[in-house]
Amino acid sequence: MTRPTPETLAHTARRARAAADPTLDVDQAAARTATPAVRPTTAAQVSGASSLVRSLEALDVDVVFGIPGGAILPAYDPLYDSTVRHILVRHEQGAGHAATGYAQATGKVGVCIATSGPGATNLVTPIADAYMDSVAMVAITGQVARPSIGTDAFQEADIQGITLPITKHNFLVQNAEEIPRVLAEAFHLASSGRPGPVLVDIPKDVLQAQTTFTWPPTLDLPGYRPTLHPHGKQIREAARLMAIARRPVLYVGGGVLKAGATEGLLRLAEQTGIPVVTTLMALGAFPDSHQQHLGMPGMHGTVAAVYGLQKADLIVALGARFDDRVTGKLDSFAPDAAVVHADIDPAEIGKNRHVDVPIVGDAKHVIDELIAAVTVERSAGHTADLGDWWTQLDDLRNRYPLGYDEPADGTLSPQYVIKRLGEIVGSDAIFVAGVGQHQMWASQFISYEKPNTWLNSGGLGTMGYAVPAAMGAKVGKPDTVVWAVDGDGCFQMTNQELATCALEGIPVKIAVINNGNLGMVRQWQTLFYNERYSNTELGTHKHRIPDFVKLAEALGCVGLRCENAADVDKTIAAAMEINDAPVVIDFVVGKDAMVWPMVAAGTSNDEIMFARGVRPVFDEDDI
Amino acid sequence: MTMHTLSVLVENKPGVLARVSGLFSRRGFNIDSLAVGETENPDVSRITIVVNADSSPLEQVTKQLNKLVNVLKIVELDPQVSVARELLLVKVRADRSARSQVLETVNLFRARVVDVAPDTLTIEATGTPDKLDALLRDLESFGIKEMVQSGLVAIGRGSRSITAGPALRAA
Repeated sequence: MTRPTPETLAHTARRARAAADPTLDVDQAAARTATPAVRPTTAAQVSGASSLVRSLEALDVDVVFGIPGGAILPAYDPLYDSTVRHILVRHEQGAGHAATGYAQATGKVGVCIATSGPGATNLVTPIADAYMDSVAMVAITGQVARPSIGTDAFQEADIQGITLPITKHNFLVQNAEEIPRVLAEAFHLASSGRPGPVLVDIPKDVLQAQTTFTWPPTLDLPGYRPTLHPHGKQIREAARLMAIARRPVLYVGGGVLKAGATEGLLRLAEQTGIPVVTTLMALGAFPDSHQQHLGMPGMHGTVAAVYGLQKADLIVALGARFDDRVTGKLDSFAPDAAVVHADIDPAEIGKNRHVDVPIVGDAKHVIDELIAAVTVERSAGHTADLGDWWTQLDDLRNRYPLGYDEPADGTLSPQYVIKRLGEIVGSDAIFVAGVGQHQMWASQFISYEKPNTWLNSGGLGTMGYAVPAAMGAKVGKPDTVVWAVDGDGCFQMTNQELATCALEGIPVKIAVINNGNLGMVRQWQTLFYNERYSNTELGTHKHRIPDFVKLAEALGCVGLRCENAADVDKTIAAAMEINDAPVVIDFVVGKDAMVWPMVAAGTSNDEIMFARGVRPVFDEDDI
Repeated sequence: MTMHTLSVLVENKPGVLARVSGLFSRRGFNIDSLAVGETENPDVSRITIVVNADSSPLEQVTKQLNKLVNVLKIVELDPQVSVARELLLVKVRADRSARSQVLETVNLFRARVVDVAPDTLTIEATGTPDKLDALLRDLESFGIKEMVQSGLVAIGRGSRSITAGPALRAA
């Protein structure tokens, strides 16, 4: 139920006009009526730009996020009449994160478009972000005309060179005939195997050249053959270990969500009774409320999840990559554990941690085959009693649950706000976080029960991710409530996209957890730099600059403010009532709240702190 | 750490060498020697890389190389069953008094003189890195004015061809 805006109405009218107008060029009409990706088209004379747009249509792209500019301008002319919706963002970084949010929420490829030079370099952060979190994204950039390449021409940047280390692959299109094939290859590369961003750089004169468009093109990727099906022998060995382990843990990463393997995971977990931990990238892959779920491992994970991995005798890693935020000091990580590591990317296996049973394959196939192999083991009577293990883990869960203290100074508790948000909004919504304390609290105090309901920037840790990613998620899932949980620092990096949301009819909701500071950095200054708060205060409390309510209103959103616990529920409820405009709530919270538990950077997981100065009591004899 | 010789078959396309060499530096490896050229199939180039690394980090960089979309295949050549050669061009000081001694060394190493000037000889030699090192040591006493060396190229012994063998890539 989105309020129509001038922009959405114009888009609809343009489409209707195009459909009704017999004078429109034949190619565009054909492209609209052709069944994308299925019906082959006969060769037609078109411009390179038109070939690009028709390729996007044939690839079933329904939306792209972008900003036009000189070099990409030819592409915007055929885009004007296309079935592909273009959302005009305010900064290319917003286009990139929106494409990521769209991809993470829908499982489809997210697409962003920018012009050459600064347009392209503004995409660098979201491309790097998508690379670290393995997001299927295609970035299309204009480039200066071929004769100008290498001359330091106006708005020239070697974006292919710049993005070499942060893309799964990239292309510089050298002639217009290649456009359909390169686009098809880009989408295939981005979405298959281990997903990742792919950049397609197209010089302006290539967009302007006359060419023929035929679909489907033949892919030419002789060096690209992802392994999807795991080796049966390795699966059987993994199942054998799972049947005899006394302290096993399923260590679940984002690959399980990307493979759509969550139902299988639930069956595997329930079949074996093995405890499950889900990483920051995997929240929602296994229901938080499930009895076998120990929580998130890592730097701010639960005591039970951190110790579960640390004391395990078998770790079964599924689509996870033993990131330093999970392992802590690598030398002392899970010293007694045998490791089964299943990943679609062979380079992840053994990269950080020695692996006993390597399994290369798609998580869905791996899990399905593990279920079958475990069934064989069980029917042969091979099962281990996990009773003692569960007794220890349950004891830890009971003694060290996630919690927080109310601020002593009477300020509003950020954890309380986030907890209530999760409870009131419910687990059908999508939550999108920025990076910092609010992100960790949102991972801890909101219950994720369904896949793809938690989006965040895990690997790169990109502040400013939340607003544009929420925008992309809402575009992809218009009937789902989308909440961004953002910090006051993050929010000031990318809030300009709220203007896009207001004008394009994208009613996202933003909870700004405003503690007036760069909270996570401040927490480290508190703990490790003698409370010397160098450059972490933002003035959003002291001077109320900016005033987030006024800012929201200026950006065409509804702005609300909440400063005490008594108003939290009704402010959230008020925001939930508004469905025809984006809403921003300025939650003014205390600045001293800290994220606990915590494994300090570079230390062993054995050193986990439950709260400041409080180490969990964990007798070695217990296990 | 030990020397490893990798033969990397890649698509013969612009920018592929940058992708390969960039990956080595990004992952913290020094390339000792690199040679690249077309193969019997003009669509395929062969890059021979010599790298000094422990086997476990080398495995990681090989896996990362395999992820490059333009990389078709990687084979590590075992020095026991392969032939490896470098090309050396060296300009040696050789006036009338020294010339015959220089020529003697050239003959000893089965090298060739490819250019003659009144006070220098330019010598071409091919061989294993060890042989070329030995030649250079011998020539040093005469005075080396300039030298240039190619990267190592290497090929497996026997009738089997790496272009025909089973693919090593996993993904």
